[in-house]
Amino acid sequence: MKVKVLVMPKAAVLDPQGNAVRDAMRHLGMPEVRSVRIGKYMEIEVDGENGELESRLHGLCRDLLSNPVIEDYELQKAEVRGRRSQVQ
Amino acid sequence: MKFAVIQFPGSNCDQDCIAAINGLEGLRAEYVWHKQTSLDDFDAIILPGGFAYGDYLRCGAIARFSPIMQAVASDARAGKLVLGTCNGFQILCEAGLLPGALVRNRSLRFVCNIVTTRVEVDDSPFTHGCPKRTLLRLPVAHGEGCFFADPETLRELNDNRQVILRYTDSRGCIVPEANPNGSVENIAGICNRKRNVFGLMPHPDRASDARLGSTDGAKIFQSMMNTISANSATSERAKQVA
Repeated sequence: MKVKVLVMPKAAVLDPQGNAVRDAMRHLGMPEVRSVRIGKYMEIEVDGENGELESRLHGLCRDLLSNPVIEDYELQKAEVRGRRSQVQ
Repeated sequence: MKFAVIQFPGSNCDQDCIAAINGLEGLRAEYVWHKQTSLDDFDAIILPGGFAYGDYLRCGAIARFSPIMQAVASDARAGKLVLGTCNGFQILCEAGLLPGALVRNRSLRFVCNIVTTRVEVDDSPFTHGCPKRTLLRLPVAHGEGCFFADPETLRELNDNRQVILRYTDSRGCIVPEANPNGSVENIAGICNRKRNVFGLMPHPDRASDARLGSTDGAKIFQSMMNTISANSATSERAKQVA
């Protein structure tokens, strides 16, 4: 299966990179931009597809792919046969 | 007395640590490759600065899974002194041996400078040679040294006197201008609750030789040595029992 992992800084964590991009967008003629948060996006291919694999992936999302002290993650199963499912 | 300096792929202050420690009388430091699994032969453990595993994903995120980290964690639980400087501090936080996390500098710039830090706790194993409010001039060199902890963790750190060092101006005042990276409450270094694991962003290893502009960093290694000497009688007894 293919999964996508989104990792975002928690709201309480300052995101200076996002702020710099927000300011640049405002300077480039879009004063309407209120905020930008920058995170990470990962595409992962895994052999097999079952609930056990998914729960192990969640484990690695918590231990390796994100740091729960400063980040939240979202694990999405990529589109399979026209069906789109999302697990959290 | 023997200190271990862990070498991860991408460590680059391991030689600085070895030189700083070997420059002190009574101390010897040896490299330990990260694939090793035991630190039994050592009295203390140093995690040096650098860019372990290229800082990929997050600083310290991959290094924390190196085989040696199991020995670091179990020895830390047993009470052995563990010091993490710069990247070593980031690894200790990622490993959960210290609370909080280090994130991108607020300025978004890599800072390379000499900073002033103030000793907030004078009875820790790492600073008991320094009276409270002693100022230590130490170099910093990092891009991700902004210490973050949620309000509850921060309160615990303060209540348990775990904040060992804060960034100050040259008069010892905690001011925003003295904060090189945006760390919450100007925190430069913290210890765990048991006080045997200490992480700091500045480099004591690069401030242990007068020719480098400061010998204040040596006070930290010296303090560790004195702590271990003082405790050796107790641990000898414990060993005999074991």
